[in-house]
Amino acid sequence: MSATQQPFLQRSGTRLGIRYIIAIILTVIFVFPIYWLFMISLKTPAEIFAFPPKWYASQLQFANYAVLFKDGDAMTVLNSFILAGVSTILAMVLGTMCAYSLVRFKTGGENLAVWIISQRMMPPIAIAFPIFLLYVFFGWVDTYHGLIILYTAFSLPYVIWMMRGYIEDIPIELEESALVDGWTRWQVLWRVVFPMARSGLFATAVFTFVFAWNDFLFALVLTRTEVITYTVQVTHYFGGQSNFWAKIAAMSVLGTVPIFVVVAFMQRFLVRGISMGAVKG
Amino acid sequence: MGVPPLGCVKRSHPMTATNIDTAAPTHSPDRHFKYWIIAPAIFLLLLIGIFPLIYTLIVSFQHITMSENDKAFAGFRNYAHLFTDLRLWQALLHTVIITVMALPLELIFGMLMAQLFLDRMPGRQIFVSLLVLPVMISPIVAGATWRLMFDNRYGPINQIVGWFAGHPVTLLWNIRPDLVYPAIIFAEVWQWTPFMFLILLAALSNVDRSLTEAAEIDGAGYWRIFFKIVLPAIWPVMAVALLIRGLDLFKIFDMIWALTGGGPGTLTETISIYTYIEGFQQFETSYTGAIAFLVVVLLTVLVTWAIRRMGLAK
Repeated sequence: MSATQQPFLQRSGTRLGIRYIIAIILTVIFVFPIYWLFMISLKTPAEIFAFPPKWYASQLQFANYAVLFKDGDAMTVLNSFILAGVSTILAMVLGTMCAYSLVRFKTGGENLAVWIISQRMMPPIAIAFPIFLLYVFFGWVDTYHGLIILYTAFSLPYVIWMMRGYIEDIPIELEESALVDGWTRWQVLWRVVFPMARSGLFATAVFTFVFAWNDFLFALVLTRTEVITYTVQVTHYFGGQSNFWAKIAAMSVLGTVPIFVVVAFMQRFLVRGISMGAVKG
Repeated sequence: MGVPPLGCVKRSHPMTATNIDTAAPTHSPDRHFKYWIIAPAIFLLLLIGIFPLIYTLIVSFQHITMSENDKAFAGFRNYAHLFTDLRLWQALLHTVIITVMALPLELIFGMLMAQLFLDRMPGRQIFVSLLVLPVMISPIVAGATWRLMFDNRYGPINQIVGWFAGHPVTLLWNIRPDLVYPAIIFAEVWQWTPFMFLILLAALSNVDRSLTEAAEIDGAGYWRIFFKIVLPAIWPVMAVALLIRGLDLFKIFDMIWALTGGGPGTLTETISIYTYIEGFQQFETSYTGAIAFLVVVLLTVLVTWAIRRMGLAK
């Protein structure tokens, strides 16, 4: 075993034990804030504002969540779901078609591909500002379709970039033989390419969904009352020195749990997804 | 390589194995297929890629504010104002401070964690799954969480600091100028170190062990092997990770918005937050256009430089 890969620790029972201890400490550090958020959402006001702080909720009670559902604030999670869901489906279809053209026909050459990925580097605020002025003109502020179009467009560079990698992995012979059999190119695209790329489609869709789901800036700028997302709703509970702690925590948890469920099913796509394909897992 | 037009005579073409233009008969409905399938995506990308740039540029040469709507050409007055706007340059400075502090910390901690988990370790996947949770959380939720964590009275951070200090402490993390940056950077590093960790772990796992073992047999020390073999091997992946994180840090908005709101005063205002305030709270439409354009230019220069410097252009 090489000392290179093991700066401090040689392989042996003791060394492995030390690594476990460090790993556990690290995990506690990284998970603790999330634990704290969940705990606040379950605490009673008396427990939240106890000094010194209570490290766990003494009993399971969901009053903080009940308030959100009674006020209708919890509906903002549904808005997030609609916006992220629809824009993800659109971005996947349009982006995969575009990626297919880039890969198999070399449309626009390398320059077009680089231009597309460079669009992801644009700061959201520099896009949000002129888009806001445009949407005021169209009357699209605070509408579902306004935000869906923006999320779709903003997700496209990522989808195209990722799907380009996945389509390159598909053996071309399948498409060739389908064409020889007299299929049209549209049939090949829908019945060969999309099914063949399904694991890539699935993985990319999940990350696209998460990005839109987690967005705050576009939603802040382009919504007012009707299509507020959960991220914007969380900030509504900030109030100078008097934050509505219970609501902040409960709303945050409502928006975070779906993401955690998704991540649990996503383990094997995680690295390729967040590294934008730099690491092929 | 040149792309044969779709309608051209098909022929076997061994050099273009990935190009199916030549592979099959072409039907007339398929003639413009490659353009049809790319058109909707390109249209949307122009909407967010080119339109904002042009529109911002036009607006920035007008004089539109909350009270005025003067669409006449106003010359460079908005751009001239950029140079005398102290708050803008402070916002830029804050952004740079956060970026140059957080990025190396995320890289170093990410690398150390990757080294820790690199070797065989039963149950490793469980640790990795838990460690990577912060990355998936919305930055606004992460900021809100740390706002609760850092609360001077009811938050656990002061409690924990108190244990180490040996007496209760009441540090005002969001208010004291000397503490607010450590708080932001701590939260930022907490959320994104796992991102570096995950990517570096994958990159390190792909390093060819026979090379490092051979070098070791030749008597090369740990650091020598790391810098001569391991680092060059993982560099392409590491560079992409640094680029992604560097850009995101430069654009940082959500996390700070939730954690400090740019305060105390304007002390933690970043360039994105300042642009937002000018555009959506002060309604200085034309001036915001000038700022937005400056940001895009700065970022383009920065990215181009980084890509060249890191040798990613190849």
